[in-house]
Amino acid sequence: METKEYITIDFFCRQHGIEVSVINTLHEYGLIEVMLMEEKEYLPLSELAETEKLIRLYGELAVNPEGIDVIIHLLKRIKSMQLQIQLLENRIRLYEENT
Amino acid sequence: MSFIDYYEVLGINKNATEDDIKKAYRKLARKLHPDLNPNDKNAHAKFQKINEANEVLSDPVKRKKYDQYGEQWEHGEEYEQARKAQGRPKDGGGQNFSGDFDESNFSDFFASMFGGASEGSSRAQAKFRGQDFHSELAITLEEAFTTHARTLKIHDKNVRINIPAGIENGQTIKLKGFGGKGVNGGPDGDLFIKFSISNLPNVKRLGNDLYTSVDLDLFNAILGGEKIIETLSGKIKLIVKPETQNGTKIRLKGKGFPVYKKEGEFGDLFVTYHILIPTNLTEKQIELFKELQNIVP
Repeated sequence: METKEYITIDFFCRQHGIEVSVINTLHEYGLIEVMLMEEKEYLPLSELAETEKLIRLYGELAVNPEGIDVIIHLLKRIKSMQLQIQLLENRIRLYEENT
Repeated sequence: MSFIDYYEVLGINKNATEDDIKKAYRKLARKLHPDLNPNDKNAHAKFQKINEANEVLSDPVKRKKYDQYGEQWEHGEEYEQARKAQGRPKDGGGQNFSGDFDESNFSDFFASMFGGASEGSSRAQAKFRGQDFHSELAITLEEAFTTHARTLKIHDKNVRINIPAGIENGQTIKLKGFGGKGVNGGPDGDLFIKFSISNLPNVKRLGNDLYTSVDLDLFNAILGGEKIIETLSGKIKLIVKPETQNGTKIRLKGKGFPVYKKEGEFGDLFVTYHILIPTNLTEKQIELFKELQNIVP
């Protein structure tokens, strides 16, 4: 079974100097996963880097949750396309080395 | 060290209002923010420049000093003394973004004129994520075939990394927290390592599959037989079918490259037969071939 470690939302918000409402908003839009355990809310540690990225987009670039959703989707597409380009470059290299 | 035109960096003119500066900065930040340009060193460098420009132009005190002494920045010291004599006004400061910005990356020009980030600016209190480090590592195809550990020296720090078997040429792996130190208790940056993997002269890799060619003598090709070949995973015995044609390609399932982070899974090995025509034949051999030629329809 997969085990996950969590961080309390209160602690996370204190560390990043943000309001808990920011996390709640991102959660409402389905952008982050929030766990409720014994009446306390937690964020999975494995999602920390991604959550920090969303907060930067929300707080620093003033992108609204819908916009963040679009950005994340497009970034995933870019990553997948970059991977595809790399594979194609490797394929080209194979043919170039043979000629 | 050369003069930096912060107005040009933000694409505004010298009469720009605070609002113009804020707008220009926000617009460029949205374009160049490290979160939107992962692994783009060029965008990161530009982002740091606009942050620096904003640090100066959004702060009335710094902007005044810059406007007065900008191109004669060497006289900054005299200005500083005069300012101290008048009493230090409160810094206005502007909003700066963190992303991947490292305070140590202010330009020499900025450091010379303002002596680093000001105490009164919003940056001094804020936590900043450390700089991301980027590195390239060249390994051989044999090395990429097995999971192994490597110690790298990154900014005078030894970093031991585990390289999983099956890593792809051009693939980048991220080591969280192995980048620059965070500022004011901010998180450390990450280390990105891009792998450059060279093919072997006679073994090419495409994804998880390997391609090689094997020389086969004419008699083995015609009559069939066995052939032992060296592969990255050891020796393999091939059964050569009778009447094998030149250029015949065979697939050896599961004898290719390991699949990245999937233990026990391998791609395939494709072997192309290259049939060698005998040379320096004796008269007797030529005679026999002629005989054969007359028999073969």
